[in-house]
Amino acid sequence: MSLPHLPALRRGKPYESLDQTEVCHHLTGQPMAVISQVNAGILRKDLGRIAEARAALKKFTVEELIAISAKAGEWFLNGDLPCGDRGHVQSAAQYVETLSSTSGLPEVMVRRNMVKIHYALTHIRTILNGLTRGLPLEVIDRGYGEQSGAAVSYYPTTNALGLIMPSNSPAVNSLWLPAIALKTPVIIKPGREEPWTPYRLIQAFIAAGAPPEAFGFYPTDHEGSGEVMKLCGRALIFGDANTVEQYRSQPKFSVHGPGFSKVLIGNDAIENWPDYIDLIASSISENGGRSCVNASAVVVPKYGAEIADALAKKLGPIEPLSPKDENARLSGFANPKMADFIDAAIEDGLQTPGAEDVTAKYRGGPRKVMFGGGVYLRPTIVHCDSFAHPLANKEYLCPYASVVETPQDQMLAQIGPSLVVTAITQDPEFTAQLLDSPLIERLNLGPVSTMKISWDQPHEGNMFEFLYKRRSIERA
Amino acid sequence: MQTLTPEQAQQQLDAHLREIVSWHFSPETGCPFWLEWAAKNFDPRAEIQSVADLRKFPHFEDEWLRDLQPEVWVPAAFKGQPFNIFETGGTTGMPKQRIGWNDYKVDYSEFSEKISDEHFPRGGAWLMMGPTGPRRLRLAIEHLAHVRGSSCYFIDLDPRWVKKLIANKQFDQARAYMDHVVDQAATILKHRKVSGLFTTPKLLEALAEKVDIYAAGIRGVFCGGTTMLPQYVRFIVEEVLENRIGFYPTYGNTLMGLAASLPLRPEDQYSITYYAPQPRAVLRVVDPKNTEATVDYDAWGRVELTTLTREFFMPRFLERDEAIRRRPRGPYAWDGVAEVRPFGAMEKKIVEGVY
Repeated sequence: MSLPHLPALRRGKPYESLDQTEVCHHLTGQPMAVISQVNAGILRKDLGRIAEARAALKKFTVEELIAISAKAGEWFLNGDLPCGDRGHVQSAAQYVETLSSTSGLPEVMVRRNMVKIHYALTHIRTILNGLTRGLPLEVIDRGYGEQSGAAVSYYPTTNALGLIMPSNSPAVNSLWLPAIALKTPVIIKPGREEPWTPYRLIQAFIAAGAPPEAFGFYPTDHEGSGEVMKLCGRALIFGDANTVEQYRSQPKFSVHGPGFSKVLIGNDAIENWPDYIDLIASSISENGGRSCVNASAVVVPKYGAEIADALAKKLGPIEPLSPKDENARLSGFANPKMADFIDAAIEDGLQTPGAEDVTAKYRGGPRKVMFGGGVYLRPTIVHCDSFAHPLANKEYLCPYASVVETPQDQMLAQIGPSLVVTAITQDPEFTAQLLDSPLIERLNLGPVSTMKISWDQPHEGNMFEFLYKRRSIERA
Repeated sequence: MQTLTPEQAQQQLDAHLREIVSWHFSPETGCPFWLEWAAKNFDPRAEIQSVADLRKFPHFEDEWLRDLQPEVWVPAAFKGQPFNIFETGGTTGMPKQRIGWNDYKVDYSEFSEKISDEHFPRGGAWLMMGPTGPRRLRLAIEHLAHVRGSSCYFIDLDPRWVKKLIANKQFDQARAYMDHVVDQAATILKHRKVSGLFTTPKLLEALAEKVDIYAAGIRGVFCGGTTMLPQYVRFIVEEVLENRIGFYPTYGNTLMGLAASLPLRPEDQYSITYYAPQPRAVLRVVDPKNTEATVDYDAWGRVELTTLTREFFMPRFLERDEAIRRRPRGPYAWDGVAEVRPFGAMEKKIVEGVY
């Protein structure tokens, strides 16, 4: 049978380009699909007519779109959906297998990501409630209304939400899902190794009754990505620390980079540190260590060496397993150069005195390994003598964390911006300081995994406030 | 245009080659550069009888067009006649220069026969938006318009400045400059009746984003200047020109003249093949690692140009382009070059930008 062909979707309509690339199995190199690539001019042309896409969504109420989103969640999790325009149909199992084969993510992790996305789609009402702080949804339909006895009016900030998606983890797609219920068309530039999830989500939405015009799927080059960012009134960008820095100050962009998430243990809890090793280890290594909510530093007032050793003992022996193995905990690298770069960066950092790769003695071999034809990075715990060490506040696309000993009263001055902080403490004074800190986006108080996110509380920007602005209103 | 068989075209080319070699290497008609070269090497009048013999020449070196004074290229028969000096693109330093008298008129008069009156109505004005300055194209387009009883408006774009901006990552400046150029063209289209347009693909796209060019009166677009891969050509034809404005992509430069393309057929899948203005210029697609060898049909290779006119003889110049070698297609009885792009484009990023 022929290879699936994923066309571009131009206001929902398939477009087969003459310029096509292959997405290949990361182990065998076998092509899994061909993808139509569009030139930047097509994006400019289509974005000139984006008002039509928004008009198609505006025909629905938010309530109706919430119901469609919920149905889309079922389609996404369980349905047989079109995979391209050559008659291929993709079951949920095929989606898991295919995505795993091109991204390197073990199937068990793909399934977990799928469940997260399903949860988000089937709980859009809860999410919107959290994002809008209980705004009656008809206010969005009508543009004005009342909330807590006060007149309110909101207007959309953009005709479309641009998305420059990464390839590292499918669950990042859950970030844009509320946009549909918020009547905002999406213009998606998929990641090179991960076109599958956005394409399947779009098909799930369409199968559930969403207007196809609301979806743009544009595999494109650097120039095309630039047009998405320039021409969409709002855009989500995923990238490294440099990318984040470049766009952070511009309000039209919501930039998602490294999370630098951390686990902190207070003076009051440190004597019980062995009780938290499992929690910390899973915060570091779940999802292959690929998420921005994975912990990348453990900050403790004492027992740094002991904690690093305990984590290393637990994580160090983890080896790559077949992507189909239910116990697989490491992700392969679809781009082996990325693994080379990370391995070299860690080795380079270790040349600076004051850090030890504690996992080395439990790994019994190198960090970068070949397995079944793929490249993997095994977990790495580095004990650093201070936050000044170059490896102390780094984040890599693998299970990696530093353990740094820092007096409690200096922790908040040293940790820097952190997407998630799990603070294991019951000390009221330290808790108050943590609550006051502007550096922490999401704060878990007590032994809660950094991986736990609450859908009704935005942890990385508020999509409603990104897509809508409040105005003052008076009606005679 | 008279249709030849490939054999007839080959005979015509060989005869033309012998005539041109005789012209440039005879003391009564030749230029100082080639006469001096022959004295140091061999007398091509005896040795060069057919195109295959051209391989006895080394590759023409572009430094010769940079370092030497233009007078060395003046054939004796043209002595005393002031010449035009035309320059190639260039970015920094001394550009390549070619001198000439009437070649550009010959090339573009011939090209006029290849464009239709429907798309370029005779007497209807032209607009050129693109590199003018010291380029042959500036005079050539005006001549083309005149041949068709038309006049031409000009908007200049300095490609050297654009290349500098892009190389220095001053993308905002490059965009602003492009807008400046396109705004001027939009103004002309608003206030003057124009039916024919010459421009580069990127500028065409930018102009069409600002102006409904069909409603503005444009019926034909003659394009050249940069890579036009099939998907991009399709985009231009279907979405920029909306299948209702004639599109004439060309490949050319100051050293060759103008290679025209044939109208696209469905089976071409928007892959454009260009045919050199033989016998005045010959294009060959060669193996970059062994430039003696011509690549097979439908294979990629580097473009080699030989120019054969009484004004200019340039054997085996390796262009900075690569292309697919294509079979002859009527009315052209010689090989074509397709999907031309900068040499090494797959391996490294080439600054082409808006130009």
